[in-house]
Amino acid sequence: MVKKWWLGIVALGLLSVLMVACSDDKDSTDKDSKDKEGAGEEIVLDYWQYAFDAKVKLMDELIEEFEADNPGIKVKQTNFPYDQYNEKVAAQVPAGKGPDVINLFYGWVPKYVDSGYLQPLPQDAFPHEEIESEFFPLVEATKLDGEYWTIPTAVRTLALFYNKDLFEEAGLDPNSPPKDWDELQEYADKLTKADGSGRIEQSGMAWEPSQQGHQWLRDGLTRQAGGEVLSADKKSVVWGDDPAGLEAFKYWLSFPTDLGTSEVGFYTDDVTAFLTEKAAMNVDGSFRIGTIKSDAPDLNYAVAPLPGNKEQSTNASFWTNGITSKVEGERLEAATKFLKFLTSKETMEKWIDATGELPAKEAVAMQDKYVNDEVYGEFINSLPFANAHFFVDETEERQLVIDAADKVLLKDMDVEEAYKELVEETKKLHEKYWSDK
Amino acid sequence: MKENHSASSKKVDKTSLIQKFRGNVKYQKYLFVYTCLLLPILFFLGIRILPTLFTFNVGFRDWNLLATGAKPFIGLQNYQALIQDKVFIKSAVNTLIYIVIGVSGQLFFGIIVALLLHKINRFVGFFRVIYFIPYVTSIVAISWVFQWILMKNGIINDLLIKIGLSPQPFLNSPDQAIYVIIGAMIWQALGFQMVLFLAGLENIPKMLYEAAEIDGASPWQKFWHVTVPLLNPTIVFSAVIGSINFIQVSFTQVINMSSDGTGGPLNSTMTVVVYIYQLAFRKFDMGLASAATVLLFLFILALTLFQMKVLTRKFDY
Repeated sequence: MVKKWWLGIVALGLLSVLMVACSDDKDSTDKDSKDKEGAGEEIVLDYWQYAFDAKVKLMDELIEEFEADNPGIKVKQTNFPYDQYNEKVAAQVPAGKGPDVINLFYGWVPKYVDSGYLQPLPQDAFPHEEIESEFFPLVEATKLDGEYWTIPTAVRTLALFYNKDLFEEAGLDPNSPPKDWDELQEYADKLTKADGSGRIEQSGMAWEPSQQGHQWLRDGLTRQAGGEVLSADKKSVVWGDDPAGLEAFKYWLSFPTDLGTSEVGFYTDDVTAFLTEKAAMNVDGSFRIGTIKSDAPDLNYAVAPLPGNKEQSTNASFWTNGITSKVEGERLEAATKFLKFLTSKETMEKWIDATGELPAKEAVAMQDKYVNDEVYGEFINSLPFANAHFFVDETEERQLVIDAADKVLLKDMDVEEAYKELVEETKKLHEKYWSDK
Repeated sequence: MKENHSASSKKVDKTSLIQKFRGNVKYQKYLFVYTCLLLPILFFLGIRILPTLFTFNVGFRDWNLLATGAKPFIGLQNYQALIQDKVFIKSAVNTLIYIVIGVSGQLFFGIIVALLLHKINRFVGFFRVIYFIPYVTSIVAISWVFQWILMKNGIINDLLIKIGLSPQPFLNSPDQAIYVIIGAMIWQALGFQMVLFLAGLENIPKMLYEAAEIDGASPWQKFWHVTVPLLNPTIVFSAVIGSINFIQVSFTQVINMSSDGTGGPLNSTMTVVVYIYQLAFRKFDMGLASAATVLLFLFILALTLFQMKVLTRKFDY
């Protein structure tokens, strides 16, 4: 009697240790082989995206639809908070686990390709000519080694959000937003209010390098000044090669420095400041439309294309879908079908309605109903001159811009010197990336 | 006799053991206790100890978290890279600042509050609750409240202006941010320190103070020659735990309070723990991250031994 129960405890303990040690791997391989074996049986695809309410809900509906059209294929959606997404994905990879189809920020793709995590899109289903003729050219940002590794459903561009009420209050016409660099400075100045101690009470122009500020600098201002960050083949950094880059950097910094219309961390960040009507203008992406709808439904705002200079240019970015490298055979077929479905015209149209992200295919986006839309219209009209920066390391490149701004704003470093360092450090990152190739 | 013994000893021993076991309640008790102790040990081995040892191994490898291929052994290269890494050095220096100022601040304010609370006998519970609340509040929530009240347009700056001072950038300043975060951490841990010291104070026999009084000791002398020596074990415990806490906990606060959420501005609030996280999960360089973890482990070990040695002492009364 007595012997049995203590033996039971020991057995239980050993069992739990064993389970901790090896259960997970075994489970997943079991599942995989089961899925592969049964020819007529159901294939379950794992799909991962980050937790963004509107997208998760829409995806649930889309999956239902897809499953109805494709008997034998089931799709399971898993979500992680944005902050932890990379971490969660990365943690599963060494264990040989993780999704079959994954939604990634395009700026992360080179790293994932590098590490052998993704496989190229099957060319029979996604011929290069078709991608290049149907999709906006910016999707080429994830074309590496002559292959397309991912394909997006939707893209986003940056534009100028402005508060109509605050415009009127400052005696500005809310129907004629600033069109060029000079006007933007002028407007920002007029829209800024300071209190007796010199603190900004209302910021004319929200300014946050860590949010969209770094994108505005690279793909907006630099190109608007007639410069480029990367060479045409994306292989070298040409940011500092002509004076346009420095001109853009100086203009960008003029808001917090010379003009005093802006402040880093004003009401914690630019989005909060704009939503709470503490900032009159902000450069932000189409994805913010949904946030405004839910968090500040009464905000009387409008959207204008980014004020240009010599050229017109804006930044585009996108979340994009890839197939992981271990998927093969029937699963690969199913995954390809799912990707086809995710990039269909119908899905894109549902996507823009639900999330505010713009269709990635030109023919879908350029339909009258979107182009003439009061809010979406400006973003879509910006698409033809939108550029998606080819990141070799998104977080690091963003950090370099943040640091460059901080050096000028907090350490009183000379603007030219800070710019030089920014270019040098960016060059180093890109050189390191290509040297491994 | 001898032959006989060796031939059948195994069997005999076994049966006798079972007999012993069946008959002897004491053995059963021991077995039960050891079994119960063994389970958590196995669990700890699997969950804590083995992964820790594994970290030492990873530290010697070129290990990209995402890479599915080989993880070549590269000797001390990760350690060399870390020593030449300006951000790592900066984070190490910062961590020292966090510990030195943070722990001494904690001890100082903890003792003061405990002494004051020890003196009063009305509203004791009320004060204890008030001081203890920050300790049980979510660090994330506290961090955000601090961010809001400390921003340029926040209430702290409103107050500063009212008394004729100029507004301060606080968390947006590379010179001030680290001290603001340390301050928030001291404030938050105050309740815990207070409880430790109150318990310590209550353990000091009253008669020692009475004896000191008879000897004509001043309040300062009483504090210095009676209270402090007898609080020594508490101080040691508090300093050691506090240091380890400061190293480990200085993550959530930094992530949530630093201006760009990554230990900025300009790495001024970066700690080694935050940097390890960034190496591992933003750069996916597990080799570097593990090497940094090993260095941190050695540092904590050395610091703890040092503190035990320096702080623990015998006093003659």
